[in-house]
Amino acid sequence: MSTARSHLHRLFMDGAFVVTAELGTTDSADPSSVGAMLEPLRSNVDAVNCTDNSAAHPHLSALAAARLVIEAGMEPIQQFACRDRNRLALQADLLGAAALGVRNVCLMTGDDVTAGDHKEAKPIYDLDSIHLLRIARIMRDEGTYLSGRRLDVPPSFLIGAVENPFAPPLEFRPMRLGKKIEAGAEFIQTQICFNVPVMRLFMARAGDLGLLDGVPILGGVFVLRSAKAARYLRDQVPGIDVPDAVMERIGSMPAERQAEEGISIAVEIVEELRGIPGIRGIHLMSIRNEEAIVRVVREAGLLPRPGTTADVR
Amino acid sequence: MARSRLDRRPPGVPPPSGGLRRAILAIERVTKEAIWDCRMCGQCILHSTGMSCPMRCPKNLRNGPCGGVLQDGNCEVLPDRPCVWVQAWRGSRMMPVWRDHLLHIQKPVDWRLQGTSSWENLLMGRDGEAPAGWDGARGEARRA
Repeated sequence: MSTARSHLHRLFMDGAFVVTAELGTTDSADPSSVGAMLEPLRSNVDAVNCTDNSAAHPHLSALAAARLVIEAGMEPIQQFACRDRNRLALQADLLGAAALGVRNVCLMTGDDVTAGDHKEAKPIYDLDSIHLLRIARIMRDEGTYLSGRRLDVPPSFLIGAVENPFAPPLEFRPMRLGKKIEAGAEFIQTQICFNVPVMRLFMARAGDLGLLDGVPILGGVFVLRSAKAARYLRDQVPGIDVPDAVMERIGSMPAERQAEEGISIAVEIVEELRGIPGIRGIHLMSIRNEEAIVRVVREAGLLPRPGTTADVR
Repeated sequence: MARSRLDRRPPGVPPPSGGLRRAILAIERVTKEAIWDCRMCGQCILHSTGMSCPMRCPKNLRNGPCGGVLQDGNCEVLPDRPCVWVQAWRGSRMMPVWRDHLLHIQKPVDWRLQGTSSWENLLMGRDGEAPAGWDGARGEARRA
């Protein structure tokens, strides 16, 4: 396909080293709450992820956030989790997102409701992430719903997925990546990487399986603000591997210098990831710390970012 | 036996009213629940998942582990229990013919089959049917 589906797609086609960032969540009905978080990221990242009730807490919906990102003149990657909606609602929202101008989607299973603040809720999980990837491709490429019923105008978005190279069973993770690509994933954002050797091994195995040619992989990097945040990620967020060396490094700093150390750690990880074959960009995350994300992008030498969203269509 | 108004089995799956049907259902339930903690989804893929029942996964994942598996290999939702997909991976390594079936993409669950006999569904060909759009153009070509 010669026409880019999105700005992000254009950068992948051009072979650029891509920078995406996760937009913080908001619990505000005031649309300017999204704009405030977005502003530091403008011109400093290529696209922003709008999370879907991240960590199983309800927030401003991903679709609304994505539309607000578009209205602010930036490009969203809208996340869809299988936790809260069945196959009818997910397909309806995929189509709705496309109609509202969303050109990148990222599809995942989602944290369980027990990770959130409504632990008594009914988890849905009608589909798993691989089903949803396949269904998004069916909608886009075959122009039908899962039922086979025709869409009048199919969506044209770029379809992404996530993978966690750091969670057991480690040997199966590259194969699971292969299943996601077979199901329809066109780019991958990984779970937060603090353990570069494990990432290297994962990428080498993915390369052996022939998975790295067509599908760009963005390494996930978290910008720590404190030793407390590192402990929180290690102990409270399932699936994240924070090695002892990282804990000790940030923990040995006095409290007022931990944020600086967090930025240094992130910059070093970005530089190491850049050297791994198949890593075609980074996906930066923080907890309400957009300024730190921008500093990591700058200090890793990834500014200026190429082009603007105006170059698509 | 009249169909319950809340019975969500598809019309093509009669309730296990006959003696033989009822016996098959009872035998399947008793044996598979005892051995594999089976959840009677009615569309069994145990041989493709290293004999670890994927419906025991709190997220009902049919295509592999989620990203939340704890570093010790336990489940994020039930942290004192091993992840059924870590068990599936280990089990699959010991499977004869079906070792690499773990790599197959499994179709979405047909929730209408919950509580029915997967043996009967297999024999009657009821569990092989994916939604019409699932196979895309390939499916269309086959249906044509």
